[in-house]
Formats: sequence, structure tokens, C-alpha cells
Amino acid sequence: MDLNFTPEEQAFREEVRAFLQSDLPDDIRAKMKGGKRLVKDDYFRWHQALSKRGWLATNWPKEYGGPGWTPVQKHIFDEECYSAGGPRILPFGVNMVAPVIMKFGSQEQKDYYLPRILNLTDWWCQGYSEPGAGSDLASLRCSAVREGDHYIVNGQKTWTTLGQYADHIFCLVRTDPDAAKPQQGISFLLIDMKTPGITVRPIILLDGEHEVNEVWFDDVKVPAENIVGEENKGWTYAKYLLTHERTGIANVGASKAAMLHLKAIARDQMKNGRPLIEDPLFRNRLAKVEIDLMALEMTNLRVLAEVQSGGAPGLESSILKIRGTEIRQELTDLARRALGPYALPFQSEALDGGFNGEPVGPDYAAPKAQQYFNMRKLSIYGGSNEIQKNIIAKAGLGL
Amino acid sequence: MDFSLSEEQRMLKDTVERLVRETYDFEKRQKIADSEEGFSREVWGQLAELGLLGVPFPEDFGGLGGGGIDLMIVGEAMGQGLVVEPYLATVVLGGGLVELLGSDAQKEEILGAVVGGEKLLAFAHGEPDGRYETAHVRATAEKVGGGWKLTGRKSVVLNGGEADTLIVSARVSGAHDDEDGIGLFLVGKDAANLKLHSTPAIDGTRVAEIALDGVEIAEDAVLGTPGACFHAIEEVLARAVILLSGEAVGAMNMAVDTTVEYLKTRKQFGKALSQFQVLQHRAVEMRIALEEARSLAILAAARLSEPRDVRELAVSAAKSGIGRHARFVGEQAIQLHGGIGMTWEVPVAHYTKRLVMLDHLFGDTDHHQERFAALSDAAA
Repeated sequence: MDLNFTPEEQAFREEVRAFLQSDLPDDIRAKMKGGKRLVKDDYFRWHQALSKRGWLATNWPKEYGGPGWTPVQKHIFDEECYSAGGPRILPFGVNMVAPVIMKFGSQEQKDYYLPRILNLTDWWCQGYSEPGAGSDLASLRCSAVREGDHYIVNGQKTWTTLGQYADHIFCLVRTDPDAAKPQQGISFLLIDMKTPGITVRPIILLDGEHEVNEVWFDDVKVPAENIVGEENKGWTYAKYLLTHERTGIANVGASKAAMLHLKAIARDQMKNGRPLIEDPLFRNRLAKVEIDLMALEMTNLRVLAEVQSGGAPGLESSILKIRGTEIRQELTDLARRALGPYALPFQSEALDGGFNGEPVGPDYAAPKAQQYFNMRKLSIYGGSNEIQKNIIAKAGLGL
Repeated sequence: MDFSLSEEQRMLKDTVERLVRETYDFEKRQKIADSEEGFSREVWGQLAELGLLGVPFPEDFGGLGGGGIDLMIVGEAMGQGLVVEPYLATVVLGGGLVELLGSDAQKEEILGAVVGGEKLLAFAHGEPDGRYETAHVRATAEKVGGGWKLTGRKSVVLNGGEADTLIVSARVSGAHDDEDGIGLFLVGKDAANLKLHSTPAIDGTRVAEIALDGVEIAEDAVLGTPGACFHAIEEVLARAVILLSGEAVGAMNMAVDTTVEYLKTRKQFGKALSQFQVLQHRAVEMRIALEEARSLAILAAARLSEPRDVRELAVSAAKSGIGRHARFVGEQAIQLHGGIGMTWEVPVAHYTKRLVMLDHLFGDTDHHQERFAALSDAAA
């Protein structure tokens, strides 16, 4: 057993660092470090830098323009990006719909959509959840009825992250309402967001931010060739996509960056005339979460090593989702608590890039309470943590 | 031992709960919190009319002569409606300090106006690096001519931007963290050399940053004996913790009820969420946390009139324990609601924000746990 990275992997880390140093725009780095709001153009420029370097589609095979990295390389890349202040790579196109198109799509779909994802022509969003179909996704009702060479789509999707920016949406739709099992009547449809009959309505989250949307379909005509794979086989493709959503689900890179930031705050904040980091209670809370994070990282690396040698993660991805989200939530919780009274003031405008007003409290304070509340979503989305435990109980422990 | 409310307390409870229930629905609350001033003058007038702005004050000054239990009762109703009016700042903190330290003339004038709803107060005490320490005061008060000159910074002052008069703590002697040497001074909102920056707080309330750059005040603006105000401050903060404990209990109660109701109506996998045992148990844990919080709130409220060491032990027990329980209930209320619990439009998200942020007022769970340990050790 050797827990060290190989010399090649070390060299790769240096290469990533050099890239981040030169190609991650400074203003975006500053926004990320300051917990500021990102706008579409920020994501665009960051994705463009990655795309130019050939590092946007880290999960894609080389034949489609991926870098051909090992899982460990992807892990290193992730960690370095977060540490440098790189925004997350939006997964909807590159890591969600693309793998499904590669595996199940027609040649025409591959030729048309994949290059447009890679060169940022198309932005995608995800049409999975519905108001009545959350954890129980298979109960979805958004319908697609075949009429000639089109499908007519009616229904509603929800929690559509950054749908306000998207050019296309990939949707799970019900094509056979009479199927014996709910999973059997579902198809996977690619829809242009500009099609008449589509309405995007913002959902404002508890922190006041517009991050997710409702998407309504009212007699939306979708060309029949936009179906991926076969009609009524969509559930299989959806499950395949979910396994890809799980790649990097532990979010170790983001949590490690958050841990460092939290320690910096605890060094700066004072309690009884001493830095908060020297306070026995807080110090122990920090230590506990850091230990948990080390365990998470090792678990993640063990899973990656397994994948690298050809294995497929099973219950481990559920473990990584549960612990990864709990640890991330705890880090934001501690950051909020570290601020003391300064967690209360909420200057929304201070989170805009161009803000030059008078900040309240230390410069890192403004987004902390908001981030804590926003991160409550982690244990709910992508299969709630309760659902993950059901999966482990059933599939992992045979209960 | 008797846990029942007196006749007067039952009437108080009915009055304040009816006001909140009948005139303060969620939609109205959101509108008020979002308004220019961040609270409603109309609601404030109703509170005055019903005598609720005089709950803690002696009857001589138009008050109801209420104690800890009465404050808890008011707090609980406010928690149920997530009331954002500046009751804590004006009545409990500001009014409390005037009641405990004011001259007869000050009490007559200020308390009368507070009870009548004509005057808003704020207690400008916290400072940028003071965190939760009650004795931490770096701002200074210097004797000049026939009055005083105040210099320093005050931070996260509840409703500082809305107050007509600020009660500013400033040091007349001693080191920055000495209990002795703290004075209190009445400063009008329009005083020269006073800079005030008001912002919303994330839970729908308002706070302000205040800079005093040589604010001059007359001798009659001194509250109590300069240098000997610490114990009154501590007592008023005890009252504040009791009000907030009631508020937490009221908000937790709403969060638990709403969540249980949601579990019964929301269906997934062909059955109500309430059929899943793991969710049943979680709801039960929330309910247990609520009962523990209620017990700690009652304990602190009942101990308000006891000697300082007994009172403060209960205050720290309540603030620490309730901080923990409130956060648990708030977080789980969102979790059990799923995505919808994350949205601005549902009340439960706002209950959670208040429940979590209560921990950032007057000492958090950790602060009061340590303080409890010290008080408990000293008592043994």
C-alpha cells in the first residue's frame, strides 16, 4: 500500500496549478474567494478557459475530446480548481446529458450536440423533478404524445438549476401512461428551450437567490428525432446519468477549500481577546470536522482507485453522498457560527461583483449565513440522504 | 409546584396570541419585513392599544408589572407569527434599562412614550470585536463641560436604524472588558457626529452599525451612574433571553406542526411520507426538542426574579440548550419538507432562518454552555 501520489501525478498537479495561475480570470477568482454572486458570463469565461485547454470534459473519453484522465487525475484537478477559486463546472451539459448521448444517442445526435457542448454553444439544464415526483422520480407525469413526426409535451418540471441560462433541456417524459410499472413508460427527450409553449418561472430560494426554476410545457412540439435511444427506455438512461452525477459527489475539493477558509476565519475572529481558533470548544469542533473530511477524502480515493482498476462503485457512492454533504453542511454551519453577531446583517447587494458600498463587519462575513441556509439543499437533492440510506440498506446490506 | 398560568397571564396569552393570529398572517409578515422601515407602525399601534408595550414595566409608569413568565408568553406568540416589530429592542432592552436605571423624570418621560407606542429605543452595546461578551466595551465616554462626549463603534445593534433614541454603552474607566466602568447614555438619532448604517438581517429583522465620532450629550442624558451599569445590563439581557426563548418555542412549535402536517399530506412511492418510520422518528425527535426547549424557557422565565447566580444559571442553560434545539428543529423542518422547504414562498423556511439566527443574539450555544459551566462550578 502506498498513499502517496506518483511522481507523474505530482507533475500533473503542477501542470494544473500553472494553468489555473495563468488562465483562471482574476476577477472570477476574487468573486469565488469572496463568496460573491456569479453571473452567466463568469461561468462562460471559466468554461471557455477550460474548453480551450481541453479540460472541460474531464469525464469524456478521448475520442469525443476528453483529456483521457485517470480518476485520480480528475480528483487532483478538482481539488486544485477549488483551491484556486475556480467555479464548479456546470454538470448539466458536459457531465449529465453528454454521457447519455454518447452511450445511447444516435450518430446524428452525437455529431450535433457533443461538439456544441464542448465549445459552449449550448447550455443545458435538467428536466427531471416535478412537483409530485421528487425522491419518487419514477412517478413523473410530464407527458409526451407522439403525433406524426413530433412529440407534443405537456406538464411541468421543477428545481431546474440555472434554467434561466439554458438553451436546451433534457427531460424525462411519460410516453406510455399505461405501462405496467411507472419506470417502464418513460422516455428521454432533448428539447430546445426556445420552442413555443415553454415558460420558465424563477423559484426564489430561502436565501433570496434565483438559482432554480419551474419549467412549464404547454403543447410543446418536439421533433421525434430528439428522443434519445428507444421510446419507453428512458428510465435506464436516467439511471445511467445518475451514476455519472455521482462522480465527484463527495465534493472533497470544495470542502477542503472551505476548511481552509474556515480556519482563516477562526484565526481572524476574536473571542475573549484571543483568536477563536484557540478557543477550546471551537477548536474541537474544527478538529472533528477536519478529521471527518480526511476520512471522506480517503474513502473517496479508495473508491477512485477501485474505479481506476476497473471496478464500479456501489453503495460507496451513497456513502460519499451522505458524508460529503453532511461535512459540507457542517463547514458552512461553523463558518456562520464563527462570525458571532456579524452573521446576522444581510447585505444582498454586497454579493454583487461591482459592489463598492460600505461592508458590514469583516469582508468575509456577508455571504456566510446565506451559504449556510443555501447548503441545506445538499442533503435534499440528488436523492435525499434518507433515500441514500435506503439504497445502502437494500442494495448494500441486503436488508 | 404549579405550572399553571395565573388569570392575568392567561388573559395576556389570549390577547397577544389573538393579535398575532388574526392580524399577522405570513403574507402580511413578509410584506412588513420587506417594507421601507422593516416593521409596521400600524401593528405597533395595536400593540400599544392592547397594553402590550408595557408588559415588563411597573404599573406606576403605565405598565402591566409583568415578570419572566409574561415575557415568555409574549415571546411565544411573536415566535408563532415571526413578528418583526422592534419589541425586543424598544420594550425589553431599551425600556428595561430605563426602568432599572432611569431617574424618575426619565422613567416618566421615556417609559410613558414607550408604553404609548410613541417612542422607539435601541440598545447600542455590541462592538466589532466584542463577540458575545457582556462586559466588552471599548467605546469611551469623556466628561466635557456640562456633559459627555462619546467615541467608539457599536455593531449589530437591533433596530438601531429605527430607534428615536439610542442607549449607548461607553466606558468611563477601567480596561475594555471590566464589569466596572461602564456607563449608559441616551443619544438622539439625529445627534451630530453620529453615523448610522442600517441593514436587513437574514431573518427578516433589522440591525445597524453605529459610529460615534465625538457625540456630545448633556448631563441629563446620562442613564444611571456612569461606571456602575453592568448589573442592570446583565439583568436586561436576562429578560431578552427569556423573550427570545419564548420566541424560539413559538417558532419551533409552528415548525413542528407544519412539518407533521406536511408528512401526512405529501405522497411519494404511493404512500404518505408519514408512513415512513425513519421520518416518523425524525418528527418525534423534533417534538422532543420542542418540549425540552419549552422546559428550559419556563425555567429561565421563572428564575428571573431570583438572585443573580440562580437567575443567570437558568438563563445560560436556556440560551445554550434552546440554541441547540432550535437549530435542530429548523434544519429538520426543511429536510422533511424537501425542496419546497428551501423556497422563499413557504413559511417553514423563514421559521428556520429565525430559529437558527436566534443563536447569534446575546451569546450562542457555545458561549452560554461555557458560561453555564463556570456558573455551575462556582455554585457547587
